[in-house]
Amino acid sequence: MDGILEGFSQALKLIVTFDPDLYEIIAMSLRVTLTAVIVASLIGLPLGAWLAVNRFRHRRLTIAVLNALMGLPPVVVGLFVYLLLSRAGPLGVLGLLFTPTAMIIAQVIIITPLIASIAHQAIRDLWAEYHDLLISMNASRAQRIRTLLWDGRRALLTAMLAGFGRAIGEVGAIMIVGGSIEHSTRVLTTAIALETSKGNLEFALGLGFVLIALAVAVNLTIHTLSGTERASTW
Amino acid sequence: MKRVLAALALLASAALAAVGARAGSGAGTLRMAVTTSFQNSGLADVLLPEIKADTGIDVQLIVVGTGQALRLGAAGDVDAVLVHARTAEEEFIADGHGTHRREIMYNDFVLIGPSDDPAGISDSASATDALQRIAAAQAPFVSRGDDSGTHKKELTLWKAAGIDPEGSWYRPIGAGMGAALNTASAMNAYVMSDRASWLNFGNKGGLELLFAGDPALFNQYAFIPVNPQKHPQVRNDLAQRLEAWLTGARARALIDGYRIGGEKLFTFNAVSR
Repeated sequence: MDGILEGFSQALKLIVTFDPDLYEIIAMSLRVTLTAVIVASLIGLPLGAWLAVNRFRHRRLTIAVLNALMGLPPVVVGLFVYLLLSRAGPLGVLGLLFTPTAMIIAQVIIITPLIASIAHQAIRDLWAEYHDLLISMNASRAQRIRTLLWDGRRALLTAMLAGFGRAIGEVGAIMIVGGSIEHSTRVLTTAIALETSKGNLEFALGLGFVLIALAVAVNLTIHTLSGTERASTW
Repeated sequence: MKRVLAALALLASAALAAVGARAGSGAGTLRMAVTTSFQNSGLADVLLPEIKADTGIDVQLIVVGTGQALRLGAAGDVDAVLVHARTAEEEFIADGHGTHRREIMYNDFVLIGPSDDPAGISDSASATDALQRIAAAQAPFVSRGDDSGTHKKELTLWKAAGIDPEGSWYRPIGAGMGAALNTASAMNAYVMSDRASWLNFGNKGGLELLFAGDPALFNQYAFIPVNPQKHPQVRNDLAQRLEAWLTGARARALIDGYRIGGEKLFTFNAVSR
């Protein structure tokens, strides 16, 4: 119990003293994860909607695979992206390994199936409700998808926040493709792993509390800006 | 939805700007794969700013086990490696992945264990004698088991002791030095560590340094530039300048002068050319 309290006070101390190294790794964590969430949403949300309104062969199999990919172990994704971006790999000439871009690519692969699966689930229910109306209005396929995405935006926001949650706390993949280089690719989770390996358990836990506070702050900001979860809105 | 995306984009670009502000300029950036023991010793924090001041090179460290460090070098993903496993290093050179091997410094391994020392290794005559006592007592022993330099050294010592470590008392965990020390601390087990990682370790619990000093425990670090003929994109020019610095007088003073709690950790032994 003493260790946990000590971790909590370490977290407070780090935040109020404006430790520049801490703010640097927070900024890197946000940069990587928010970019990954945007990219994954641009792919995952339309993909989920498209799967909900289209009937085609192997649809069930496609959806099952997408759902299963939600459980992808990050270390496996990290290895895959490493072998892709390594100098000896097919995309080695780009020189992206051990850069924030490599970390973003890994996180996009990890969270796109999650965002697409939750989006598909939400849009499918909405589609069942809107089907007759949209068909009778003779809406084109693109118009249908746009309508469903807009009217399902609250559920889609949840999909994006779930993606954010998985990405911000991820360590296995970004450790491999980012390398946790100080002042370059170190983020909160890899800093926690490093401090744990040095036996500085309280300090590592303190960084963990900072990570949780950061996730709460981002979620609150998004809810405030998008006007969800207000008293007047149910 | 658009507002949410806009809000996210705003946050991301703010974070981007904050990070961009820290990106430095200079002679260039060199990526070097180093072992966890080098990083955990804290010596890197002393050397890197001095290297930057003297040569202008930004050295970026990728901290991994020796096995993975050599793998990164063979793939051309780093410009140089600083590791400690002689046989694997010589194989690396023979395969043409590195240009040459330059010895820089050494430190030593120590045997750590519970302070009541159930296997009685503290008055052992040699490192192999200590390991034989641990095996005879079937006392819990945590092994790195990760193909790192430290792990390779440990296996060499078991072999020299004529023991094939097996059984429930021998616990390979497949993780780094810090994780192995954390595990040993939690199990009250014996473990072999490099001296630097042990002295810098913050979670010692009931563990103590029980045996050290046998020359068989010496741990030689060597610098290997990755072969630019195999990987044209590696910064061999920077690697050569870094090697010159690492083997020079400034590095000698810093390495020999580095102390934790009054104890000297590393001995500079590069031969000047």
